Amino acid sequence: MRRTGAIFAALVAAAPVAARAADIPFDQRRSDSEFVSADTRAMQNDDTANPGMLAVLDGETLWNTKAGDSNKSCADCHGDAKVGMKGVATRYPAFAAEFGRPIDLEEQINLSRSTDQKAAPFAFESKDLLALTAYVAYQSRGMPIALQETAKLKPFIEDGRAIFERRQGQLNLSCAQCHDDNWGKTLAGNLIPQAMPTGYPIYRLEWQEVGSLQRRLRNCLSGMRAAPYNFGALSLVELELYLMWRARGLPIEAPAVRP
Amino acid sequence: MARSRRSRREILQIAGALVGSGMALRLSIRPARATPEMMQDAVRAAIGEAAVKKGRVKLDLPPIVENGNSVPCTVSVESPMTATDYVKAIHVFNEKNPQPNVISVKLGPRAGRAAFSTRIRLADSQTITAIAEMADGTCWSDDIDVIVTLAACIEESIH
Amino acid sequence: MPRALIHVPATAKKGETVEIKTLIAHVMETGYRIGVTGAPIPRDIIEDFVCTYNGEEVFRAKLYPAIAANPYITFFTTATASGTLAFSWTDQHGATQVQTAEIKVE
Repeated sequence: MRRTGAIFAALVAAAPVAARAADIPFDQRRSDSEFVSADTRAMQNDDTANPGMLAVLDGETLWNTKAGDSNKSCADCHGDAKVGMKGVATRYPAFAAEFGRPIDLEEQINLSRSTDQKAAPFAFESKDLLALTAYVAYQSRGMPIALQETAKLKPFIEDGRAIFERRQGQLNLSCAQCHDDNWGKTLAGNLIPQAMPTGYPIYRLEWQEVGSLQRRLRNCLSGMRAAPYNFGALSLVELELYLMWRARGLPIEAPAVRP
Repeated sequence: MARSRRSRREILQIAGALVGSGMALRLSIRPARATPEMMQDAVRAAIGEAAVKKGRVKLDLPPIVENGNSVPCTVSVESPMTATDYVKAIHVFNEKNPQPNVISVKLGPRAGRAAFSTRIRLADSQTITAIAEMADGTCWSDDIDVIVTLAACIEESIH
Repeated sequence: MPRALIHVPATAKKGETVEIKTLIAHVMETGYRIGVTGAPIPRDIIEDFVCTYNGEEVFRAKLYPAIAANPYITFFTTATASGTLAFSWTDQHGATQVQTAEIKVE
């Protein structure tokens, strides 16, 4: 982690006060899969080699397991996930009227769990929540992200963009400085990707396990020496929302493999 | 404006100091590494005193690794894999992980092809060695140098 | 019980060499990492992997902490007869998980 600070510091020093460049042109947006090694990409694209598939299989079991006071499984209401959940992950985070704000896929699963199944919600980043999310997201594999800038979502997308572009933390960096302005260049041994969240939950080699987009964003923030938002914080969901909207049209790859 | 710029420079200096102390701390808690001597001991424990010749074995690892936590590793050995002429074992060793052994596999004529793949951990840039033991008692080897790059965005702590 | 993913071709010709792929969920904790409390995280690894084909051992691997989390092992075998391939993973505590796959040989 500390060496990361030094790397970022060097990056900042090299381009001290460069004004924010524009957004990535629409037709130049690419999946983060294109910024990983061929080996990592091969691992992602072979279901028998992708460790994220272990979480998908766990999620399939959970989908069909009765839970809570309702004694119902996800399948009892939603039926076959291959049909009912197809395309769902392309539309999250989505506006939840009961909260008056957007919620991400994990929060939607927990909402359904507490209100419909009448079961205790899963903890953020728990194995079960990641597994169910991976299973639901997997049903949208290959489908383009379909997030729309609706009137209800617009202010939250704008907030997410503002967080993305705001310099923060001890290194005084913004997300956009790396991912809008310097993608394709290297940071230490890694190519800087465009931060297109097409494959969450991802199996990250660094983590040696599956993790959520919120975990990844918290990870980025601590790398920038900024205080990470808590899991479930509106700011994190707004960042997720902005990033998914920014990646609209790119195909879902869950569970992706990243270094 | 000037003041804020200075303060950022100061912060970067502090960050630099942290980098230094962090590295030192890291080294002091790192477990003893395997050494080339330990690797030789591990080789002898696996194959006894047999002479090891270069050749017939192909060890495949990416020359540059983006994360040492999971590195694809394939070993294949030239062998007809008949009832009398076959590979009976393949061992993989490293010289800089905490332990010199990586994996040892046993196979036989029924394998059809003397090859396997797995994913391994590499603590640092180093030389990896694969040794195949043949049915006739001869041993063959290949080795490869792998560069493990520093990942830019590692997580602060295990959670 | 940890989750395992096995790929064996459903059918093969007699005498054909087939590739088998196996993946199992396991942390493969090395014993060398330090946890957030400052204490070392105890070693917890799968040590042995064995594949039998109609009861006969055809492949065996001894794993060390240098094997990545969620061990992935692929290897080859000759399709000799229709039957069962059994895969077993045994951890350092002696717990074994067995999973099987069928192959039809024509």
